[in-house]
Amino acid sequence: MLTAIISAFLVIAGIGAILGVGLAIADKKLAIQKDEKLVALEAIMPGANCGGCGFAGCADYAAAVASGKAQPGLCAPGGKELADKMGQIMGVEVKMEEKKVAFIFCNGSCEKTRKVYEYKGLQDCNAASILFRGDNGCKYGCLHLGSCMSVCPEEAIYRKEDGTLAVDASKCIGCGKCTKVCPTGAIRLIEDRTKYVVACNSHDKGADVRKLCDVGCIGCKICQIKFPGSGFTVTDNLACSSSECDEEAAAKAMEACPRKAISARR
Amino acid sequence: MRIIAILLTYIFINNFILVKFMGLCPFIGVSKNSESAIGMGLAVSFVAGTASAVCWCVYYGLLVPFGLEYLQTIAFILVIAALVQLVEMVLRKMSPSLYKALGIFLPLITTNCAVLGIAIINIDEAYNLLESFTAGIAAGLGFTMAIILMSNIREKLELKPVRRSFKGVPIAFVSAGLMALAFMAFDNSLLANLHLA
Repeated sequence: MLTAIISAFLVIAGIGAILGVGLAIADKKLAIQKDEKLVALEAIMPGANCGGCGFAGCADYAAAVASGKAQPGLCAPGGKELADKMGQIMGVEVKMEEKKVAFIFCNGSCEKTRKVYEYKGLQDCNAASILFRGDNGCKYGCLHLGSCMSVCPEEAIYRKEDGTLAVDASKCIGCGKCTKVCPTGAIRLIEDRTKYVVACNSHDKGADVRKLCDVGCIGCKICQIKFPGSGFTVTDNLACSSSECDEEAAAKAMEACPRKAISARR
Repeated sequence: MRIIAILLTYIFINNFILVKFMGLCPFIGVSKNSESAIGMGLAVSFVAGTASAVCWCVYYGLLVPFGLEYLQTIAFILVIAALVQLVEMVLRKMSPSLYKALGIFLPLITTNCAVLGIAIINIDEAYNLLESFTAGIAAGLGFTMAIILMSNIREKLELKPVRRSFKGVPIAFVSAGLMALAFMAFDNSLLANLHLA
């Protein structure tokens, strides 16, 4: 009995060992010369495989850069540091795009907004969106079902105590996956240095916004007219912020906003 | 005579894909264009042929003397896996474009039941070494023929007006079923008529 077990073990292990040694030799003999630049590029990639650069993964992007089909600097997780390193390897000057992070342009929560019906289906924003564009009265706002949370590769989107969602800018790598999955377009990428943002996405007229939401922008233009330099401009019934702004004026505009729709980041 | 009979048997009468329904995964997966289909077919032929010969040696040289016939599946899979690795290295070196076109289906030859199937059939049929090798090559050629036929059909189908619900894989499955039906015409009477049986 024992000898049968031992012989079985030895025979199979022997076959495995012989084949293993054979393969190791073949691997050395048949090794291919990889492009040195490609090897160097692959080594410094962050390995998040988020796809934010538009390629199938870090290795794919590295190959594209090495063959000259893509520019360094598209990698959001790697940021400027990585872009510089890639530029050094490739021997080219790199123009780095500004760091972008996701931001949810909606402050609405259960207490602050009105619903038009009670949604009890699949807990997914796109599923809810099929039914009359979601249960919110406001068709521009966040549906709070967290589709963006589930696609985020870095778990940078979290749920606050009042049930609303928020982006942790320090974790966000700016890959933009959440912006693609969101059916209402309430989550978008903004420049990370933007300090004051109008957290509303509604282009409805002021009176309509008032009916549906306590914190939505009504396009009253107080921020634009009373605080020049604050960077806020109202177009199509919605104020938009700018990263080029006088921070003091913007802070005052935030105080003055009758709807408290302006949020300070950090 | 017997060699020719074995060739005919595994290419036509017992075609691995269309009659025995083994190795269907790459048959559907790699048959989108004929170039990679030929590459896949040749890779499978090579692996099936060498695996048959090596497995025969392993079986009669190692397993039978030690009375370990019951380990044939494990031993054969070891051999096949190593051979597939070898083919992968050779392809990566010789033809990077084919290596890329075959993609995941190349390592998946390891789990292609056609290869393990022919190795086990060789033992069941008590073939000798030369016959085993021939049967392996023949099984691979049968696979190659089927996958090339399929890829040509699918290339034509791309240009035909196919209902949207049938486009792509569904119509490929329907075509494969019809091809299998056609291959039922080959049976052992073919060998008898050629005086090979």
